[in-house]
Amino acid sequence: MFYIYCPYCKEHREEEEFHAKGQAHIARPADPDACTDEEWGEYLYFRKNPRGLHHEMWVHATGCRKFFNVTRDTQTYEIKEVYKMGERPSIVAQDQNPTAAKQA
Amino acid sequence: MSEVLEPTKNKDALIAVMDQCPAEAVPTESPLYHRKLGTRGAGTGAATVSAGELNLLGHLVIRGNAEEAAFCSGIEAALGVQLPETLKSVEGDDVSMSWIAPDEWLVLCPLAKAFAVEETLRENLNGHYSVVNVSGGQTVVRLSGSNAVNVLKKSSPYDFHDSHFPVGKVVTTAFAKTQAVICRKSADTWDLVIRRSFADYAWRWLEDAASEYGLQVTVE
Repeated sequence: MFYIYCPYCKEHREEEEFHAKGQAHIARPADPDACTDEEWGEYLYFRKNPRGLHHEMWVHATGCRKFFNVTRDTQTYEIKEVYKMGERPSIVAQDQNPTAAKQA
Repeated sequence: MSEVLEPTKNKDALIAVMDQCPAEAVPTESPLYHRKLGTRGAGTGAATVSAGELNLLGHLVIRGNAEEAAFCSGIEAALGVQLPETLKSVEGDDVSMSWIAPDEWLVLCPLAKAFAVEETLRENLNGHYSVVNVSGGQTVVRLSGSNAVNVLKKSSPYDFHDSHFPVGKVVTTAFAKTQAVICRKSADTWDLVIRRSFADYAWRWLEDAASEYGLQVTVE
């Protein structure tokens, strides 16, 4: 069981109260009409599945019903940090820079 | 009937507000009406848990920005209570207000006053806010007695210890595999706000969970 800190309720709650909602920080293309099919497909369907640090969204479903972000290690399940929507993570994996990895 | 239920335009001329409980002559049934709580006799043995429905209260959900000074002062002017802080509940005359989410609060008042309270809120609030009457959608169950806390401990993963759940705290949490807004009213008294569609299930759960402590059904 996770014991997850809700940044809106400001206390730890049981995992039972939350739902995982997938990868965080997926930016919608500013101009969808200008996207190639590949770019649009990447945005819609393709998600990271890293071994190590992962930024994901969770929702406090039976509590305040707010979404927030969690940085979690997928190997150890350890939650490194929790931060509100609209904020950026302070813990980022060295090799996980998305644009650099993609373009390399 | 149609005359009575005619919506009236708010002064902003944007929102049609309506008294959802216009006359006493209109029959109303609480979500636990069919359980016929009033006909239950006291159980055998000493009861250490009392449970009853605070039926037919007015429930209003307010949403707004707590960082806006005008919103906070408007709430205070309308309800006579200060906007409660995170996970807190405040009591006023006939009115209680509970924190539900950072931008959402639940106001409980007598059903007959709900429309007046709603109108007072609309008079005192401006800008980006919302007031919705959800009285028909949920009900309140009051648990009391020395073993009430043990019933809650059986039903929810939340920590109900005195040090973690003082009087005046309110949490929305998993309860009986569903959800409830749980507010501690006094050392031995807890109010549970339960969805109408789950009321029958939650009540039966409570009856079952409380039976080992001796359950007395109270009628308000």
